[in-house]
Amino acid sequence: MLPSIPTDFTPLASLAGGILIGLSAVMVMALFGRVAGIVGITAGAVTQDDRTWRIAFIGGLLAAPLLWLAATGGFPVQTVSASPVGMGIAGLLVGAGTAFGSGCTSGHGVCGLARLSMRSLVAVLTFMIFAAATVFVLRHVL
Amino acid sequence: MRAVGGFLAGLIFGLGLILSGMANPAKVLNFLDIAGSWDASLAFVMGGATITTYLGYRIIWRRPAPILSDGFALPTRRDIDRPLLTGAALFGIGWGIGGFCPGPAWTALPMAATGTLIFVPAMLLGIVAGRGIARKAT
Repeated sequence: MLPSIPTDFTPLASLAGGILIGLSAVMVMALFGRVAGIVGITAGAVTQDDRTWRIAFIGGLLAAPLLWLAATGGFPVQTVSASPVGMGIAGLLVGAGTAFGSGCTSGHGVCGLARLSMRSLVAVLTFMIFAAATVFVLRHVL
Repeated sequence: MRAVGGFLAGLIFGLGLILSGMANPAKVLNFLDIAGSWDASLAFVMGGATITTYLGYRIIWRRPAPILSDGFALPTRRDIDRPLLTGAALFGIGWGIGGFCPGPAWTALPMAATGTLIFVPAMLLGIVAGRGIARKAT
């Protein structure tokens, strides 16, 4: 778990970034007729017959920081916990939970809410509450 | 065409994650830390993304079919079952520990931070395990 590192409140950049994420989700619907859930795309890149666009989509995700580097001369600012145990457990839980619950922040969050799916709304409220509770316990209780 | 379209969509998604701050776990954890160093920025990411998608979907769905596929294939399930809740809860705990959800983890991978290099393989292992358990449960 990372210690608390202050970050700036960035409503405009965050809104603009969110709109880009939304445009990408709309592109995936317009081109392929699918929701843009990252876990679904990741699993489908291996398991689905129609895997070309999914593999290319993940390639695009990986290319984004490189384009950012080329355009701005530096990688985006980020602070990642280096705890092998913490990040190992976090990765397992995120992968297993999203695969088992059929969706992540993009599949249930962005695309599910945009489809007005009650199932996705329940999933979003559940993972938000558990995430906030986990941060509370790790930062303020332990 | 399918590869180019998929790549561009992924690239725009990844740039959105970076610009919005979601690719920075410190910012995500501060959004979740309501009682501490709260940073409300990510509410603007979710809001911007969801409203854009809501409007865009409604324009796209007027078409009889997507541009590069035969038909729309939307999730059809409406039930709220135990796997949905269990999975979302486990995902939430993992998100709260690491500050990464799946999209930002992929986008952060080329920056090769130690934690990311541990998180991504663990996440892929988790996806395989989660799908295996889900298949057994049904």
